[in-house]
Amino acid sequence: MLKIRIIPTLLWKDFGLVKGVGFDSWRRVGSVLPSIKVYNLREVDELILMDISATEENREPDYESIAEFSEECFVPFTVGGGIKNLDHIKQILRSGADKISINTAAYEKPRLIKEASERYGSQCIVVSIDVKRELDGNYYCYSHRGTTCTGKTVVEWVQLMEEMGAGEILVTSIERDGTLKGYDLELIKLVSTNVSIPVIASGGAGNYLDMHDAILKGNASAVAAASMFHFTEQTPLEAKYYLRESGIPVRNSNTANT
Amino acid sequence: MNKILVIDYGMGNLKSVKRALEECGANAIVSSDTNEIKNVSAIILPGVGAFADGMRNLTNLGWTEALLEVKSKGMPLLGICLGMQLLSEKGEESGITKGLGLIPGKTEKLKPRHYERIPHVGWNEIVIKKKNAIFDDIPNNADYYFVHSFCLQPKNEDDILATTPYCGQFTSMVCNNNIYGVQFHPEKSQKYGFQLLKNFLRLN
Repeated sequence: MLKIRIIPTLLWKDFGLVKGVGFDSWRRVGSVLPSIKVYNLREVDELILMDISATEENREPDYESIAEFSEECFVPFTVGGGIKNLDHIKQILRSGADKISINTAAYEKPRLIKEASERYGSQCIVVSIDVKRELDGNYYCYSHRGTTCTGKTVVEWVQLMEEMGAGEILVTSIERDGTLKGYDLELIKLVSTNVSIPVIASGGAGNYLDMHDAILKGNASAVAAASMFHFTEQTPLEAKYYLRESGIPVRNSNTANT
Repeated sequence: MNKILVIDYGMGNLKSVKRALEECGANAIVSSDTNEIKNVSAIILPGVGAFADGMRNLTNLGWTEALLEVKSKGMPLLGICLGMQLLSEKGEESGITKGLGLIPGKTEKLKPRHYERIPHVGWNEIVIKKKNAIFDDIPNNADYYFVHSFCLQPKNEDDILATTPYCGQFTSMVCNNNIYGVQFHPEKSQKYGFQLLKNFLRLN
């Protein structure tokens, strides 16, 4: 049976790892390489690394650093941030990433997702969406690291992205990000019922029950978390124990007490 | 030390395959040059991407003939993910494309049943169907990391080494004499992934 994935998210900015609240007030939480090594030892299911300053600084992904990180990463590795064209994707994959994640560039050129999935296969193209609920009650997608409303509703956007060949949707609630108050289950469910590709829930995880709910109530295929792992004592391995107790299929970890 | 060739044909993530092989004690070289065959004891065909692009690149580099020779020489060859699919006779991904023809059968899209999502992404078990040295020290139902939408459907049941329960069940490992294929990514599957690579390195 396919297992639910628990995925630590690493946000990378100005040479280090950060974590914020609501895509703002960044706190330093360590360095990239040591974190990757630790998660590697702990045999996490997957890792996501987002270069959150690339788009802001209007620069290309930092392939050299990505190559250095992936050298040490023996778990499936998704890399995002600053990807604008097929050449960027090619270079990131060649630097050792297993999947790439695209956000802002997809709004500027939706066909990029189609071209990328035709060239490299849907399975390595993750479309990341940052979402906020507006006063009209609808969920809207934001680009440029949550700063610009695109005017696209979540449903129209994820359906278009699936049609273009996206292999997975990583959905982050901007309002829940960093709050530890739980995923926006309504949002997760809205996305998972409107696409037939896997959905990764993100934004707001505070404890193991939140993950349980994102899977069972939100129908997520995977749960991502950052603050919960950075700022609390909770670990991906304990999350698995908890979920297994609730009857959710998780991967047997090969190492004990990590 | 075992010298092993990872074929570079412009399709995806070769670095992690090379790194994993090194961790397993092999001397891995990455090259697109068919002449390297004579310098190595085993070959890995990795790859992510589209079937047609993969075949075109392999053909342009002279690998379609070279790999037929590898098969007849008996040198171990392991196809990973797209690399496994390319071993088949044909691929049915956006039109029909001729494959390497090293494993009788075809590559087709997974057919989801209720609530199953495609691509098949994540950790899933392999159910061993046939004894083989490549399974040494690997328990039945061990989890491996998958990320794919297509799979190789072998013509001969005898070529199926393992299956995986998704979309009914699909073939996740094949073997025909010295030609092996795995749909999952051993290089990203941690302990049992590395064990499988070590076993492969010991085949000859």
